[in-house]
Amino acid sequence: MTLPLKATGILRSLDRPTLVAGSFIVVILIAGTGYTLATQGTASFIEPTYLLQQLKIASFMGTVAAGMMMVILLGHIDLSVPWTIAASAMLATAVGGAWAIPVGLGIGLLVGLVNGLGVAFLRVPSMIFTLGVNAVLRGLMVMLTGGFAPQSNATGLMVWLSQGQPLGIANAVLVWAAICALLLFMLTRTPLGRYIYATGNREAATYLSGVNTRAVLVAGFVICSLCSSVAGLLIAGYSSKAFQAMGDAYLLPSIAAVVVGGTNILGGQGRLAGTVIGTVLIVLLASVLSVMQMPEAGRQIIYGTVIIAMLLVYGRGAAIRA
Amino acid sequence: MNTLRLRISQNTGLLIAVALFAILYTLYSSLHPKGWSVDLFVQNSNESLALIFVAMAQTVPVLTGGLDLSAGAIMTLVNCFASTLLTGSPAHIALGLLACLAAGSACGLFNGCIVVFGRIQPIIATLATGAIFIGISLLLRPSPGGAVDDNLSWVLTNALSEMDTTYHWFAPGAAPYWFSHGVGLLPVPILILLAVIVLVWLPFRRTVTGRGCYAVGSSEGAAYMSGLKVWRSKLAAYTLGGFFAGCGGLYLALQTGSGNADITQAGGYTLNSIAAVVIGGTSLFGGSGGAIGSVFGALVLRAISFCFRVFDPAGPIGFVANPLLQPIFEGVILLLAVSLGAARAMRVKNRLSLFT
Repeated sequence: MTLPLKATGILRSLDRPTLVAGSFIVVILIAGTGYTLATQGTASFIEPTYLLQQLKIASFMGTVAAGMMMVILLGHIDLSVPWTIAASAMLATAVGGAWAIPVGLGIGLLVGLVNGLGVAFLRVPSMIFTLGVNAVLRGLMVMLTGGFAPQSNATGLMVWLSQGQPLGIANAVLVWAAICALLLFMLTRTPLGRYIYATGNREAATYLSGVNTRAVLVAGFVICSLCSSVAGLLIAGYSSKAFQAMGDAYLLPSIAAVVVGGTNILGGQGRLAGTVIGTVLIVLLASVLSVMQMPEAGRQIIYGTVIIAMLLVYGRGAAIRA
Repeated sequence: MNTLRLRISQNTGLLIAVALFAILYTLYSSLHPKGWSVDLFVQNSNESLALIFVAMAQTVPVLTGGLDLSAGAIMTLVNCFASTLLTGSPAHIALGLLACLAAGSACGLFNGCIVVFGRIQPIIATLATGAIFIGISLLLRPSPGGAVDDNLSWVLTNALSEMDTTYHWFAPGAAPYWFSHGVGLLPVPILILLAVIVLVWLPFRRTVTGRGCYAVGSSEGAAYMSGLKVWRSKLAAYTLGGFFAGCGGLYLALQTGSGNADITQAGGYTLNSIAAVVIGGTSLFGGSGGAIGSVFGALVLRAISFCFRVFDPAGPIGFVANPLLQPIFEGVILLLAVSLGAARAMRVKNRLSLFT
């Protein structure tokens, strides 16, 4: 059987993780709709308003996950995400006015540079270096905000960027889409994207091919932290306030979203489309379970089981044979 | 002479951690008004033991080149489990203790099965199982509470002499001198730790499976080609990790007298355990280090936070005592400690080996 050229092209562009995760999203929606039809007689899960609302919530984690993916593609990890989110948002709201957003992004840039320098030049394993940077950021924020209460209300522009919907879709979703478009272009059409995949596969070989792999590592960490700070600004705009623990809920789910999307946690392999679908899956799963009034205990168990089940289907490593 | 030099070079990380702990704890004890007293010693060892156990739990999977992000969650699960079991008749309590340790080991075995037979990367597999374990803890204990036998929790969290006063080993006032002024002053938590190290960790390291963990961490392919049962070492490593984390959860239950399914606390213990492992000289890439180093790594972390309690606010470095500044000092010290322990840039001879 031969499919027309165009159809095989589309099929080939959808790899297995994307297909499996995508169909699982459909399963979640069908199960949820069955539940609401049986209990309330409505199909609220497939109404556009509900789906758009979920996309808006997914845009925060999606932005974090897109950045995290760059670091994971390099074979590293960034555990400083929670306090990068909080620090960007808290300093941005403290400064306020026209400088709020540049200050927030500046924090992201700075954190990314520190992480990148520690990992690329000092060669400290990223897992513990970024863990330390996270602790330092937390300390800085406690020091800056502990003695007095600086302003923590989001500026009008931040609220507009997060909640305004001049095009019928919340701006936060558009920001997420724009970031994904930029990263997709970078990954597939620029040398930096090639270098990121190559470095994640084998850094020594990439270095010997004449690539400045240190710069690539720094770039990856800077992109990740910048994405985190954008997410911080969006979350602050969404809840109209910046607060200390605002980033805690984003670290582990964003890593899970990247991996469920088919990116190899060891680096070098993965598609951005997978990360987007992984994010939607995890946000939708949490939302449907909470609408079904599943207690926190059941949600955690299902959440863990789903990640393991998905990875058993397509995330298995090769068996060691020498 | 040469063997001594080899031994020292193999255990540099451990020695640095021991020295760091000795310096920090001496500083703390000499500044503390009750320094060098049994009471303070007992209190400090109580505050440290749970983290020590979780750090040991983290060490074994790390030795095989893996990681256990569910260590804190296993500790929480066993903590909640213990808060429902450790009451009633002595036989009931004894069975409860065994059940708690078995539950911890079973969680570890579950992790091991997913890593070995499921072939999912440890970091993400344990991230997911950690969520499952936290879910089970919440099922067991939806809100903090529960009860632990008062006598048991009192004797296990105090000096050994309290065991005599509670269970009447000797006739009142007739305790021999070697007990009342010697052995009896030792804090029970330290004895528990020594017992676990001597009875579990040291024998395990001498077995083929235990040595296999180091081999697998150095080079999994080479270990496989040498005929080692890679799967058995990995399963054992995760199971033993679960057992140690279970000991930590059990001790936490004895210490607090209750169970608490606190997600934030579980995450904090997991992250601190990774830091403790690195400070204790175990390589995150696997193959070198050991649980005893992690014990001192955890002690260093605890000693740092102890020290901040005793600085005189009016003294020359009084600004350090400001509670608002403590998190940043702790953060900077943590960053420096892990970076110095792990920075490879200073050590490699061939520049290319930096990139692998």
